[in-house]
Amino acid sequence: MTTNETLIKVENLVKNFGNIEVLKGINSEIKRGEVVVIIGASGSGKSTFLRCLNLLEHPTDGSIFFNDINITDPKTNINLHRQKMGMVFQQFNLFPHMTILKNMTIAPIKLLKMSKEDAEAKAMELLTKVGLADRASAYPSQLSGGQKQRVAIVRALCMDPEVMLFDEPTSALDPEMVGEVLGVIKDLAASGMTMAIVTHEMGFAREVADRVIFIDEGVIAEEGTPEEIFGNPKCPRLQEFLSKVL
Amino acid sequence: MTVFSFTNWIANAPQWVQSCPEWFQNLIFQLYQTFIYQDRWKFFIDGLKITFIVTIGALILGVIIGLFIAIIRTAHDNYTNKKPPLILTIINSICKLYLTIIRGTPMMVQLLVMGFVIMVPKTDFATVICGIITLGINSGAYVAEIVRSGLMSINIGQTEAGRSLGFNYVQTMWHIIIPQAVKNILPALGNEMITLLKDTSLVSVIALRDVTKQTQNIISKTYQAYVPYISLAIIYLVIVILLTRLLSIFERRLRKSDH
Ligand SMILES: Nc1ncnc2c1ncn2[C@@H]1O[C@H](COP(=O)(O)OP(=O)(O)OP(=O)(O)O)[C@@H](O)[C@H]1O
Ligand SMILES: [Mg+2]
Repeated sequence: MTTNETLIKVENLVKNFGNIEVLKGINSEIKRGEVVVIIGASGSGKSTFLRCLNLLEHPTDGSIFFNDINITDPKTNINLHRQKMGMVFQQFNLFPHMTILKNMTIAPIKLLKMSKEDAEAKAMELLTKVGLADRASAYPSQLSGGQKQRVAIVRALCMDPEVMLFDEPTSALDPEMVGEVLGVIKDLAASGMTMAIVTHEMGFAREVADRVIFIDEGVIAEEGTPEEIFGNPKCPRLQEFLSKVL
Repeated sequence: MTVFSFTNWIANAPQWVQSCPEWFQNLIFQLYQTFIYQDRWKFFIDGLKITFIVTIGALILGVIIGLFIAIIRTAHDNYTNKKPPLILTIINSICKLYLTIIRGTPMMVQLLVMGFVIMVPKTDFATVICGIITLGINSGAYVAEIVRSGLMSINIGQTEAGRSLGFNYVQTMWHIIIPQAVKNILPALGNEMITLLKDTSLVSVIALRDVTKQTQNIISKTYQAYVPYISLAIIYLVIVILLTRLLSIFERRLRKSDH
């Protein structure tokens, strides 16, 4: 599904927390329609990298271009661009005081000025796709972890994003619920959605990724197709990492 | 015209009073003098009106100030790894200065300064406004802390989810954070209202005729402090107990609507 059109371009991305250098100069591109999976040891900076893409973390240095617009430029209105970058968190982060339907429709109604009817129709359509149409009027606390995460995914999809960012979407789930969430993400990949996914599920990474990025010590230590990364890893750190997780 | 005195009063009192022990006659006389004679209960009612007006007015002003300060301070503290805009830094410093001054000086002194140095009200209406403003400014400092801890009790993930959908800071606060924080804030705000109600008794120093001042006015006529002051204490106590009850009912309702 990968096209030739660059959707996100990262140039020399550096991120420090105080004196800790977490990202030490990352260069990368994500093409429209491409599924990029980011792997690496715990604490290597995967989340930080992903969160820099929609500026939830502010880069210390370097630039990020989204649709050829430099979103790290202070003059750019990041809020407008975030509407087109869906994000799914490890802890779901559904809004507990709103029903599932309200969770999904509030952003399109308030930000895209969609009518309530249109927003709800769209939300119901997406909920049906992930098998949760009957839970539309429930509150998040009444859902299982897997259901919450599926809602979190379709909530982001309600904004018609051009890219979806996933930060360990299955790490907080009981094992029996991992499959249902990965299933939704795979369907999304098949539909041609551009995605950047941080995950520890190597089988899933292999299956869904067009390209795998291995982050180590704040840089991209190796990247390539799943076949290259999992079948023929070159960098010793990657070999060591894979021997531990596979 | 006969002079109003105990001797005159007891002579015309009903039979059952005259057959009581003397200390009890005296108590009845003082109660009569405090509440009934010349319709003095109206003083209490008028005083209570002022007390309530000042309490409610100060609470509203306090909430407005407190909300503003809490949002500024939270917004400022949110810039952990980026420099906040200069204007925000300046407003934040002013807020901190305000908190220091208000929490570092006694309420009584604040009333004296506002009443006799800064505002110097001339009319009754102006005095009421002066009382509301002084108490409101004072309360704002405490409300700010209540609101701030209420906002901070909401998981940062909620803010991140809101921002990642494209909501700006204010929209995220308004649609996502504040509705959740309200459940923590409202009970504490109820307690602040009770504190305020009791603090209004200090406004008598700027000659505002609240229920405390009115009680003093009655004493200046009866020359008896015992019954008026004990009555005043009971009036405050009953109101506070009633408010506390109402609040706990309200709190239970809030918790029931929890999801
Ligand atoms: N807000 C923060 N303040 C200070 N240090 C931070 C902050 N966020 C992350 N770090 C540090 O940055 C480093 C990278 O963190 P990050 O969360 O990006 O790692 P990760 O690769 O996602 O790890 P994991 O697999 O455990 O999620 C860690 O050492 C972490 O302690
Ligand atoms: Mg992480």
